[in-house]
Amino acid sequence: MMNRDQKQYSRGEVLAPPTERYTILGWLHKNLFSTWYYTLLTLFTAYLLYIILKPTLAWVLHQAQWQVIVVNMRLFMVGQYPADQLFRIWAALHLLAFTAGLAWAIWLPKERRIGLFLLLIPLALAALPFIGPTARINWVLFALVALIGWALGIWQPKKMRRPLIFLLLAYFPILILLISGIEPLLKLVKTNYWGGLLLTMLLAVVGIVVSFPLGVLLALGRQSKLPIVHLFSVLYIELIRGVPLVTILFMAQIMLPLFLPPGLKIDNVLRAMAGIIIFAAAYMAENVRGGLQAIPKGQHEAAWALGLNGFQTMLFIILPQALRNVIPVIVGQFIALFKDTSLVAIVGLLDLLGIASTVLAQPEFIGRQREVYLFIALIYWVFSYAMSYASRRLELALGVGER
Amino acid sequence: MRETVAKVKTTPAQILELPEERRAEAIEKGELPIVLAHEVHKWYGNFHVLRGINMEVYKGQVIVIFGPSGSGKSTFIRTINRLEEHQKGHIIVDGIELSRDVRNIEKIRVETGMVFQQFNLFPHLTVMQNITLAPIHVRKWPKEKAEEVAMQLLKRVGIPEQADKYPGQLSGGQQQRVAIARALAMQPKIMLFDEPTSALDPEMIKEVLDVMIELAESGMTMLVVTHEMGFARAVANQMYFFDEGQIVESGTPEEIFTDPKEDRTKLFLSQILH
Repeated sequence: MMNRDQKQYSRGEVLAPPTERYTILGWLHKNLFSTWYYTLLTLFTAYLLYIILKPTLAWVLHQAQWQVIVVNMRLFMVGQYPADQLFRIWAALHLLAFTAGLAWAIWLPKERRIGLFLLLIPLALAALPFIGPTARINWVLFALVALIGWALGIWQPKKMRRPLIFLLLAYFPILILLISGIEPLLKLVKTNYWGGLLLTMLLAVVGIVVSFPLGVLLALGRQSKLPIVHLFSVLYIELIRGVPLVTILFMAQIMLPLFLPPGLKIDNVLRAMAGIIIFAAAYMAENVRGGLQAIPKGQHEAAWALGLNGFQTMLFIILPQALRNVIPVIVGQFIALFKDTSLVAIVGLLDLLGIASTVLAQPEFIGRQREVYLFIALIYWVFSYAMSYASRRLELALGVGER
Repeated sequence: MRETVAKVKTTPAQILELPEERRAEAIEKGELPIVLAHEVHKWYGNFHVLRGINMEVYKGQVIVIFGPSGSGKSTFIRTINRLEEHQKGHIIVDGIELSRDVRNIEKIRVETGMVFQQFNLFPHLTVMQNITLAPIHVRKWPKEKAEEVAMQLLKRVGIPEQADKYPGQLSGGQQQRVAIARALAMQPKIMLFDEPTSALDPEMIKEVLDVMIELAESGMTMLVVTHEMGFARAVANQMYFFDEGQIVESGTPEEIFTDPKEDRTKLFLSQILH
């Protein structure tokens, strides 16, 4: 008999999958010492880690003099932004916390545990030993406001959807107004007082937000059948992508004034922003184009067959799908841009990196390069990692890749 | 002895010479065809896909087009709403000649609904939004009216309870029925079906065919590319057999099934009717 040994399952009988149980030793054996060459590799890597980490940790804990960071914390964060106007930056942060809390409640209502974990970050910042009392209060407030936004979203998810979209769209202009000021409500703060992490963030945010519509237009232009539009888009994209960002930043500093009417002077920060936008738009265009090309031809045809014209087809059918698909890529571009903005230090702006060199020029902190550069590297890493983690969650929540 | 290849009685000039308001009347009365294809040719590069297609369809008729793959039948039906461009000959739909003129193309697309093999629903919109999008933005109906009409159509195709779902949550048969409802929502005068059941699992073909048969019996003018011969036998007025870019044979279902004249038709029918 062929299937003498085959067990017959009665209808409806379901077996649970076998469970795998590991002991610590079992795990070690499976993952680190399963064969002799794995064992060798494990030992070698452990040795490498030891010789790298031991002196590093010893230096961080015993030799390094972190006073330079503590004393200059405000410079690193906001540069020369006037101290009596700092509440505006806090206000912008609290609005961000509220929006984020609301968005989390509406779009990721099930991810409570991660939400709580994220809430710990501002509280941890509030607990840092070396920050001032105002900052401490404000970080606690930040967590509180995020919690309020979240509670509001959980309480009225349907009704809060519209305000959330409005907040997301309005946040960027509000941010710029808060930071630069509007007379007579808020005192103007000239851009040459912006600095540190604030400037780094602003450059990246402005770069992505403004280059987004430009990138969409360029991507559409590249696909256009109108020869002039097509040619212009292709030339722009290929030209910019073929040039390093530093070059564009220098050009923006030196060349931009040539195109402006005489007498109109724009400051360094705006010039750098223009350079970054010009640069980011070309990459944005290519990202969006990837999204556009991934939409099957049948979608265009179905829209045309219904009588929608080319513009309506783009607006209602193609762009919404294409942009949803490229959100993770755009977040990736944002992270890259966030780090790339450090190049503005070369054209003399006081972003995070630029501030670092001014701090190092302070007579009492001469020779503290290691501490300063390690600190700003840590800031870059924390932000980049947090953003890429968030984008992975976002990708899952949006169901990108599923139809 | 009947002629196997359709001879078209109407010439393009006969329609185009009439003033526009007379055209509509004559089409309504059945004196002139609602779709006229006259010596239609099309090339893909050097490949001659359509080689002189002549066809006339009168209001209320159901036309079934069949033939081997690559015979140009899908290409032909797609020239009628200009998803494909023809390079020679005339196509006149509802009294309007298809040409490069974008306004004419859009006018004709409003009057013709199309159902695709791959459904082509919009995955980011709900069933309701899929159906109401074109009526709201092309016909400029108020949202309430569009939704009311959409609901009636969903009832007609038998899935009113799916209105708020996304296409990805529906079975293939349900998706295709939504696609039919979406096309009907524009209240077209002509419906084009491009192999509507070819991508469906066998048990779902019937639910789509039932909707199409009901539609045919309600008097809709339909051009259907399909190999569902049961459907053809039940509702078709005329059948056209396409091969190598030409109409090889045409006739009523009775004539085609019981007395095919051309060898190629006989061979093809013997292959698909088991």
